[in-house]
Amino acid sequence: MADKEKTPLFGPKEKRLLWDPINDNNPVTVQILGVCSALAVTSLVYKSVVMAIAVIFVVAFSNLITSLVRNYIPSQVRMIAQLVIIATLVTIVELTLKAANYAIYKELSVFIGLIITNCIVMGRLEAFAMGNSPWRSFLDGIGNGLGYGVILIIVGIIRELFGKGTLFAGSPIQLNIIGKSNDLVQYWIDTSPGSMMAWYSNNGLLALPVSSLFLIGIIIWIQRGRNKKLVDVS
Amino acid sequence: MHSTGYIIKFTVIMTIIAGLILSGMFYATEPIAKKNAAVFKKRAILSSISSLLDKPLAQMSDDEVMDLFAQKMEQKVLNMDGAVVEGKAEDLSMAAEAKLDEADRKLPLFTYDGKDGKVNIIGIYGNGLWDKIWGYIALKSDNKTIVGSSFDHKGETPGLGAEIKDNPTFPHRFIGKTIFDDAGQYTSVKVMKKVTDPAHQVDGIGGATLTSNGVSEMMVRGIKYYLPYFKNNKN
Repeated sequence: MADKEKTPLFGPKEKRLLWDPINDNNPVTVQILGVCSALAVTSLVYKSVVMAIAVIFVVAFSNLITSLVRNYIPSQVRMIAQLVIIATLVTIVELTLKAANYAIYKELSVFIGLIITNCIVMGRLEAFAMGNSPWRSFLDGIGNGLGYGVILIIVGIIRELFGKGTLFAGSPIQLNIIGKSNDLVQYWIDTSPGSMMAWYSNNGLLALPVSSLFLIGIIIWIQRGRNKKLVDVS
Repeated sequence: MHSTGYIIKFTVIMTIIAGLILSGMFYATEPIAKKNAAVFKKRAILSSISSLLDKPLAQMSDDEVMDLFAQKMEQKVLNMDGAVVEGKAEDLSMAAEAKLDEADRKLPLFTYDGKDGKVNIIGIYGNGLWDKIWGYIALKSDNKTIVGSSFDHKGETPGLGAEIKDNPTFPHRFIGKTIFDDAGQYTSVKVMKKVTDPAHQVDGIGGATLTSNGVSEMMVRGIKYYLPYFKNNKN
């Protein structure tokens, strides 16, 4: 979205707004926000992707709307105003998903509604959108949504690949990657025929939400190991 | 600092705008969402006879699912005495029926008329480990042999209890099992850790003993509800 705009609108500062939350100031691995939903929805990549898109939409547009009306919001009720904006957007996402893809709506069930309570969203409104221009707030929202989404998808890929042996299960392009491909599966869903490492047996731990906690921990460890800027924080 | 009057005005306007947007959105998407929910339920029912369908279920469009139901699916609602009562099986909510007294419940019965003869599909509903579980069992026209099943759940553990839905081999294990023994005694089909009687038992899911027990209980109780009807309609 951002790339379509003209260059003067997209200087180095804007670029940082987009890039920082993906790496140096990642909402999940650095700020440790939004971990609850990262545990719950990452069992399949497809679910992670849909959740990531939903959160990007909600953060970006709640940031944009809040920033547009920030001078009219009375400070006494600003939290309530922010919540109304977030809740409205989340309900829009929920209704759209219900109409567009009912199966994934059922899968994600309560976690779409729980985006309202995702600290990333409210945190960005308080910390950024209330004091910055609409365009920058919008970019900040996209960046933070992406930062959350990237972690979700990384965890989702590891969990699905080693927990189920597939990728994108549940979506129209399910792929069997490793482990014995199950002939019976073909009754129900189309699968790509061949798969590598037929000796591999699925790791049940990775199907459980607990495993994302370990995975996020490992991601944080790797990130801090590589990025010296983050080490002195604690 | 804003005055109290301004704050009240602001909140009222904000609420009205949000309310209008959401109610407009809701009415715009409601018919589609309703159709989606209906198709979703129909797919769950069809997945119990997925091996008998002319086309893999995943490749069927929503309209094809609706057509199949309109043309090849006969729907009945039964009472607990096995008599047919008014109503359409697809409109029956098993969750709502399960809250009633056992004697007052109604049961859905679908009869699929495919190329391999008629198949009765019955609905069962019970308790898993964490929350409700339910399923559809397809029986050959002798009402004795299972030709397919599908299960779903509300909150079983992913990777363990949730495998009753996520693992396609689980419902497949029920195919060919019989719910009566040779003497004509009702046995249902149970989910066991160790199968000792392959005609009436299927292998459970490792690490999900309590969900497996829930499925067993549901199979025994749920199919039993239909026995009066089967008795009255022997062919």
